[in-house]
Amino acid sequence: MLSSPARKLLLIFLLVVIAAYISIPPVIPVSIHFGPINLDKNLIRRGLNYSFGSINIQKSFDLILGLDLAGGSHLVFEVDTQNIAGDKKETAVQATRNVMERRVNLFGVSEPNVQISSFEGRDRVIVELPGIHETREAVELIGKTAQLIFAEVGSEEKPGLIHTNLTGADLKSADVSFDQTTGNPVVVIQFTQEGTKKFADLTSKNVGRPLPILLDEVPISSPIVQEGITGGSAQISGEFALEEAKNLSIQLNAGALPVPVSLVEQRTVGATLGAEAVDASVQAGLLGLGFVLLYMILAYGRLGIVASFALLIFGVLTLSLYKLIPVVLTLPGVAGFLLSVGMAVDSNILIFERFKEERIRRPFADALEVSFGRAWDSIRDANIATLVTAFVLANPLDWNFLHTSGPVRGFAITLSLGIAISLFTGIVVSRNLLRVFIKESKR
Amino acid sequence: MDWLKYRKLYFSISTILIVMGIISLYTFGLKLGVDFKGGAILEYKLENDISTEEVARKIEEQNIEITSIQTVGDKTYLFRLPPIGQEEKDKIKNVVTETVKGEVEELRFETVGPTIGPELVKKTLYAVAVASAAILIWVAIQFKSLKFGASAILAMFHDSFILIGAFSLLGYLLDAEVDFLFVTALLTTLSFSVHDTIVVFDRIREISKIEGRPLARKASSPEGELNKVANKALTETMVRSLNNSFTIIFMLTALLLLGGSTIKWFATALLIGTILGTYSSPFVAVPLLITWDNLAEKIRRRK
Repeated sequence: MLSSPARKLLLIFLLVVIAAYISIPPVIPVSIHFGPINLDKNLIRRGLNYSFGSINIQKSFDLILGLDLAGGSHLVFEVDTQNIAGDKKETAVQATRNVMERRVNLFGVSEPNVQISSFEGRDRVIVELPGIHETREAVELIGKTAQLIFAEVGSEEKPGLIHTNLTGADLKSADVSFDQTTGNPVVVIQFTQEGTKKFADLTSKNVGRPLPILLDEVPISSPIVQEGITGGSAQISGEFALEEAKNLSIQLNAGALPVPVSLVEQRTVGATLGAEAVDASVQAGLLGLGFVLLYMILAYGRLGIVASFALLIFGVLTLSLYKLIPVVLTLPGVAGFLLSVGMAVDSNILIFERFKEERIRRPFADALEVSFGRAWDSIRDANIATLVTAFVLANPLDWNFLHTSGPVRGFAITLSLGIAISLFTGIVVSRNLLRVFIKESKR
Repeated sequence: MDWLKYRKLYFSISTILIVMGIISLYTFGLKLGVDFKGGAILEYKLENDISTEEVARKIEEQNIEITSIQTVGDKTYLFRLPPIGQEEKDKIKNVVTETVKGEVEELRFETVGPTIGPELVKKTLYAVAVASAAILIWVAIQFKSLKFGASAILAMFHDSFILIGAFSLLGYLLDAEVDFLFVTALLTTLSFSVHDTIVVFDRIREISKIEGRPLARKASSPEGELNKVANKALTETMVRSLNNSFTIIFMLTALLLLGGSTIKWFATALLIGTILGTYSSPFVAVPLLITWDNLAEKIRRRK
């Protein structure tokens, strides 16, 4: 029967195999041209895709890259809540965020991120758009209040445009279409029941006169009413390019922003810079890891080899955890990971140094066990300090007075995860590996 | 080996470094990046080289203020300006495209309004305050005495300050900028410094226990006693400390060499911070501890 440490090792081994499977990239090109063998195939690592009965499990096990690695835009809009009463501010900001998110989703960005951040009375909505580099359209689309109001042309007593009570809120849907006659893009709108009634009244009252349609107080279309329209649908035809028509329909569908917003911060990373950064990170990671392994083996001999295994296991477990949670990986996040590799090694070093000392005064097996125990105190105390700092930086509870987004947080999250896992590999994995594989050398 | 005999030397080195930092900050200040000051940066990769004066002039003709245009790589230019909107950005791109008479690729664009910077500073100060307080409390509980926590925190601030001073100098000499990432490196240095210091303190505590001289039941110990224990602890932990630092330094050097321009100064800050953190545990924190202990003992004797 296998000894207890060996059994634990078996469990660890199984865990590692699963983790390794999750870690490897989804497509591995295999290309072997050697002698008679000519092989050019792509190995595909499938994700999880099971459905039995009503249960449907789907997970793709891909690494989610942050904006600075994948390329994309980070926009920050400040919400102007000046005119809103104190207790209604929060709802207004939340509503604004929701409308923005609807617009972003309709825009068709994959994996966008829209969140609120408040600090000292300033409310902001942060929008992250992976893969979008040309931001002009996105900013227009998301940042425009887009309040649609139907107006009547005034008369001599009351000149100017008079707002009616028919607004964008009375719309059921908006779609892009093409004018039958001119072929120009138009936006076709459908009113709700109430809207249909209002529209019918309005058009009957104004036959023969223009009925201006205002978007944020600017007339975008001013059709002349031919007859009362009871069908509940209308067509907005202005001088639209196709893009403008699409954006307008998105804005109408998502609704108007309850409060105005302005862009206060924008960061865009082009895809090339992102791809370079990914390559650089991978290279740095591999090189650093290589050095560390070499050093450990030179400094600690057999023990060093065990530590190297533990380190590789650490790497695989961490990577698979990033994919499972998932953690969005940014460049500082990579730095956090590399730093935690260094700290993971520290746990091992503490154990080994202690072992060297204990070996002098005790028999081998005792020395091993004692060194684990004694080293654990140091490891725990020392790592807690780093964990506390990383915790404060990562701000998982979303406290407003600390960072709520950005590179700092990304770094802290990978660092904390890395340290937590390193505690596991340092103590559980290294311990059992050492127990099973390091036998006293026969004299 | 009696490491602590040379306390005065260590304190002198630290004082010199801190004074250099103060002078540098006073004379050169810190080169604050866009994250703190607000402003915009625009990085283009061009098909042909351009004359930066010509482009700057043309852009200013369009009524857009330009702070600087820097060559950061092969046909790659970094434009720095006050915060701009989409319109100005388009105008600049047109001017550049005209001048280059070739392809213009926008690598990145950042514009930060003026309110973001001060917020970042505040959030960082809060983070430092909370983290320091938490660490101080933890160490005080673990080691049952204030002097350990205080020495650790003082060593921590020592490292942070010298790091900031170093970046003031680097900013002047090599255009190193202080941004979000520097703040991260600073906070990491804090924690690494404490991590390293705790390992030594831990050994001091253990040796005291073994030799039957429990720590800190009183506020101070007979003269020279803590001194002996501390020296022993230092000798025993020195090798481990160096080894550990080497591994971290390897990783960071790899990052520095290969990581590319956006992360260069971040890696440098982490590297300097790590070296300082390693130095400060045996040569700042422990001497401080001993000095505190000796002073407390002298005061006790006088009573």
